Amino acid sequence: MRLYNEPNPLEVKILTRRFGITNSHTLDVYLQNDGFQAFQKALGMKPDQIIDEMKASGLRGRGGAGFPAGMKWSFVPRSSPKPKYIVVNADESEPGTCKDRLLMEYDPIQMIEGMMIAGLAIDSHKAYVYVRGEYRYLIDLLDRVIDELYARGWLGKSIHGSGFDFDVYTHTGAGSYECGEETALLDSLEGKRGVPRLKPPFPAVAGAWASPTLLTNVETFSAVPAIIRDGGAAFAALGTPRNGGTRMFCLSGHIERPGVYELPMGFNLLQMINEVGGGVRGGRKLKAVVPGGSSCPVLKADECDIAMDFDALAKAKSMLGSGGVVILDETTCMVKFAMRIMKFYAHESCGWCIPCREGTAWLKKTLIRFHDGHGTSKDIDLIDDIAKNMLGRTFCALGDAAAMPTISIVEKFRDEFEAYLAKSSTTVRVPELTVV
Amino acid sequence: MTDLVNLNIDGKAVKVPQGMLLIEAAKRAGIEIPQFCYYEGLTLQAACRMCLVEIEKAPKLTEACTTPVAEGMVVHTDSPTVATARKTMLEFLLANHPLDCPVCDKGGECELQDMVFRYGVGESRFTEVKYHVDEKQWSPVVFYDGPRCILCYRCVRVCDEGLGVGALGIINRGVVSEIAPNMGDHLECDECGACIDICPVGALTSGAYRYKTRPWEMEHVGTICTHCSNGCKTTLGVRDGAIVRANNRDRSGINGEFLCVKGRYAFDFVEHEERLRSPLMRKGGELEEVSWAEALATVAKKFAEVKERGGKFGVIGSNHTTNEENYYLHKFVRDGLGGENIDHHRTGDVAGLIDALAGRADALATVGDLYTTKAILVIGSDLAQQHPLLSYQIRANKRHHDAHVYVVTPGPVREDNYSVRSVRGGLEAIGPLADALKAEPGLVVLFGDSVKGDAVRQLVAFGDSLGIPVKYVALVDYSNSRGAADVSQAAGLAYEQILSASDLDVFWVVGANPLKDHALGSQNAFVVVQEMFLTETAKRADVVLPASSAYEKTGTVTNVTGEVQRLKAGPKVMGTKSDLEIFGLIQKEMGLNLGIWKPDNVLDEMRKTTRGRLPVAAPESIRSARDTLFTSGSLGRYSKVLNAVMEGPGLIYGLPVSGKSQ
Amino acid sequence: MIFPPELEARFDKMLKAYPEGRQRSAVIPMLMYAQDAIGMVTPELVQEVARRCGVTALQVDEVVGYYTMLHRKPFGRHHIQVCTNISCMLRGGEELLAHASKRLGIGNREATADGQFSLEEVECIGACSWAPALIDNYEFHHSVTPEKLDQLIDSLQKKAQ
Repeated sequence: MRLYNEPNPLEVKILTRRFGITNSHTLDVYLQNDGFQAFQKALGMKPDQIIDEMKASGLRGRGGAGFPAGMKWSFVPRSSPKPKYIVVNADESEPGTCKDRLLMEYDPIQMIEGMMIAGLAIDSHKAYVYVRGEYRYLIDLLDRVIDELYARGWLGKSIHGSGFDFDVYTHTGAGSYECGEETALLDSLEGKRGVPRLKPPFPAVAGAWASPTLLTNVETFSAVPAIIRDGGAAFAALGTPRNGGTRMFCLSGHIERPGVYELPMGFNLLQMINEVGGGVRGGRKLKAVVPGGSSCPVLKADECDIAMDFDALAKAKSMLGSGGVVILDETTCMVKFAMRIMKFYAHESCGWCIPCREGTAWLKKTLIRFHDGHGTSKDIDLIDDIAKNMLGRTFCALGDAAAMPTISIVEKFRDEFEAYLAKSSTTVRVPELTVV
Repeated sequence: MTDLVNLNIDGKAVKVPQGMLLIEAAKRAGIEIPQFCYYEGLTLQAACRMCLVEIEKAPKLTEACTTPVAEGMVVHTDSPTVATARKTMLEFLLANHPLDCPVCDKGGECELQDMVFRYGVGESRFTEVKYHVDEKQWSPVVFYDGPRCILCYRCVRVCDEGLGVGALGIINRGVVSEIAPNMGDHLECDECGACIDICPVGALTSGAYRYKTRPWEMEHVGTICTHCSNGCKTTLGVRDGAIVRANNRDRSGINGEFLCVKGRYAFDFVEHEERLRSPLMRKGGELEEVSWAEALATVAKKFAEVKERGGKFGVIGSNHTTNEENYYLHKFVRDGLGGENIDHHRTGDVAGLIDALAGRADALATVGDLYTTKAILVIGSDLAQQHPLLSYQIRANKRHHDAHVYVVTPGPVREDNYSVRSVRGGLEAIGPLADALKAEPGLVVLFGDSVKGDAVRQLVAFGDSLGIPVKYVALVDYSNSRGAADVSQAAGLAYEQILSASDLDVFWVVGANPLKDHALGSQNAFVVVQEMFLTETAKRADVVLPASSAYEKTGTVTNVTGEVQRLKAGPKVMGTKSDLEIFGLIQKEMGLNLGIWKPDNVLDEMRKTTRGRLPVAAPESIRSARDTLFTSGSLGRYSKVLNAVMEGPGLIYGLPVSGKSQ
Repeated sequence: MIFPPELEARFDKMLKAYPEGRQRSAVIPMLMYAQDAIGMVTPELVQEVARRCGVTALQVDEVVGYYTMLHRKPFGRHHIQVCTNISCMLRGGEELLAHASKRLGIGNREATADGQFSLEEVECIGACSWAPALIDNYEFHHSVTPEKLDQLIDSLQKKAQ
């Protein structure tokens, strides 16, 4: 089976251990390679033991927010008389991120096994995999895999005589970045516009169809079998304190060997770029890195000697995010980069709250105008100020996600904006009216 | 409420019930927190971000509209951070707003204007191209101007939650999001205009009011809607003696801000070109305009002559004239003419209920009870069509208190959407509900015209058997049916008998149209009619006296639940007189001395003299007018708005109602 | 409306996948699969989905306008979606889009006169490490160059003949 990119010797292959094996997505291959061992083990564990193991693993949510997974599981009221649901967030759409695709393509059963173990832990028997609409081929693949699991007794009533029932369904999205936000995803799952919900109540208490719901990213569920099989402590030991295990890093942009690599948490970013990714493309100089998807504040080249874990990046006033590491070389125009990011957020803003709806649209128009050579000296401060006026004041994190990279780009590359402005006075592009 | 919570807002110690939202707690402390999307009674949105406040120890600004108070909370609504947040939020709002205030209906009473004035910034930094879409007309009464819309979703919620209609939604996404009507390019709904009223800006405007006036040029006259029995307060915007709009934004009155299409728009009959503005007298077979003096003298002379020779009067009173007028008319007939044949069209068995309750006045429910009582039983009425306020109250009760609603109707009704049990049938179908009802802490029963006479007694007996507090509403139709029943005392001929009698010398009709669906038995009677329009009955008259409408009168009316409310005169229609004044002038002309005919004096006299039990009407004479949201007895046909909206007379129990504006 | 039997079977299964009384959940998947079958979201489809899922047409319309993959105008038989988001932009995504536009003679969200192709500039499609990338209907193409794009279009055109 062809892989999208060659593996790297520095990788620590836990979630990707079956990648590269022919037909790794099939049940037979899965069973031949430790498949369902963790589930069998979990059947003999008490729910609290499973959750304790998850807590011990130090696994933090791989969708972007990095919330401790074990704690999240413990928030679901197991004794609630309502049905409890498991929902997989497979709405991977953070720019720079392309890892969940691989996990579902090469090892979908690993994820399903993780969901089943979660089902044992929180007493849930129904799960939905919300997959972004563009990944139709993965939905088709998952549907086939799920059919096979039912046919061979790994899903459905009393799985292999265990008395544990578990159903899994796929659910397609239809094109909306906002649906990656957990509560917007739930509204979308319920057939509505993908608009975020008020919290509290949190999904753990009232999620899908007002029932307790464990909503987690593909990669997080995919890590569960390894944690249960080999123990939480073993997983935790792979990473750094409070940042257990490995994670999938998606290297893209100006780099020699772009690709998705599984590396321990806390892996040094420069090493990642140079040794895993083969260095900046064409031997050019590194200018900046987006460390975890476009929502994260960018790091300048001199900030890149950093351990890639949640805490180290937070300390550097950025975020580990979703694992999308985008490398920008010295030729990158930061004005254009900021503009492209804002076009994206303006396009994806759901429109629910004022600061995000109006702020992203305003910033987009201003950045386009600036980029087209019609900037004024006031614009640089204005861009910074609009972004800051959004920050922390929007309904959900999308507004912050638009504001944070913008603020960081303007602050860290202000000289480039000023130079761009100076140059604009001599090389004005044809203006384009940006109406929306 | 139970436990109180202590918190501190802007240095003020505040003590409020647990669970209260911070924005409400601040309001109690006299501190305004600006808001657009927050709206008391509707679901929380946290969309406009205007109410962000600083709570000590919170990592960032918090929205006051969704945050419940907590013990020891220290809140700042006046810090520089909060001020900046508000200012910039308004700057965001104005980015794509057209700022066409000079031509906007809302200018002068716009919440966005007020907010920007109070919290905003004087200069604009937005220099990009504004996003524009054209204005759309969704119905004869609803227009939507997308660029003005701030997307607070109040309209969407009031339609869905308040009215139970759900005719508005949100389309597109991001900055191009808009509100959209249910039929793609137009609305099919109750046309109640609540969406327009609740809109904080000029995005939703009223077809009836558009470009007519500036808000500050109107006088605001709070009176009672004259179209149905629910007794909604409607505040008439009057300019130059004419009504230009009706709403109830100050939420005074039993209806809060609720109004249906009739209350909000159907005031236009007042100015209808067919409105009678001069008395008419039959001369040579034709009705001709005459002076008031001539008309009154003719009537007085005829009345005196018939009275003198012991002739027979038959009088039909009104269901929409004031209590004072009804009382005075009875007195006129009894004491002035020595007659006793006076009755009116009865639309529900109020007297039967009061008789069955045998003095238990506390068993009569009010509009307020419909919002607070834990269980509601609706029998034989399509409330959303026939009693829109009662329906609205019950929905609010369901939403806010999770009231249990039971429905027993011949066909589907809107209440089915949230009832705990809906049964198709009549009174006989309530038996199986008994067990469920017994478990309720209290109940209000509303019943329509199918429950009358013995059936009312059976119903009250059923209520008594439940062992819980039960209150009742006998549903009646017109704006003062209940008041008309209350003053009714005569023991002479009943309504149908008066119409069928062949030996009347005088047939006097005040504010009613009995000949619309009934022939007059007394072919030779002298017919006097007090009316606003040349109705079927007025056309048969020998003398027609042009009467004022309720909107031009003072006095009181009694709504379906027995609540007495005051009318306040708004517009003036030249040439008309109130029915009370007409009575006064006739009796004066006749040389009688029936007392002063000023409403307040008559009311005083009523208070002193009225007592005793109501005479029970014959059940067969009780029948609902079957008005819908879009009809109003004989008045509806004179409202152009009611006839312009495409929804027509509407459906009762999901079945078509014949004829438009009967 | 009646759909092909396999789609009807899918819809039956879909409606049963959600808890009782929560069939509104099927609105988006039903629209997506039906759109694939009939080419676009028509007013009739909106009504039909509303009926099958027990919601109002307005509630379906709210959704159609929200999600970018749902479209009310017909696209080409091959809907070419070129990503120009950051990872693709850094590796020539915009040039690829411009090339596609020139080659097909159509702009963003337009279709060729013969209905064979349509073009759309899309946001991140999750192919960042193999950029620039595009999707032909639901099929991913990675590390696309203008030359590779020409080859793809040539082969699709050949297949159509």
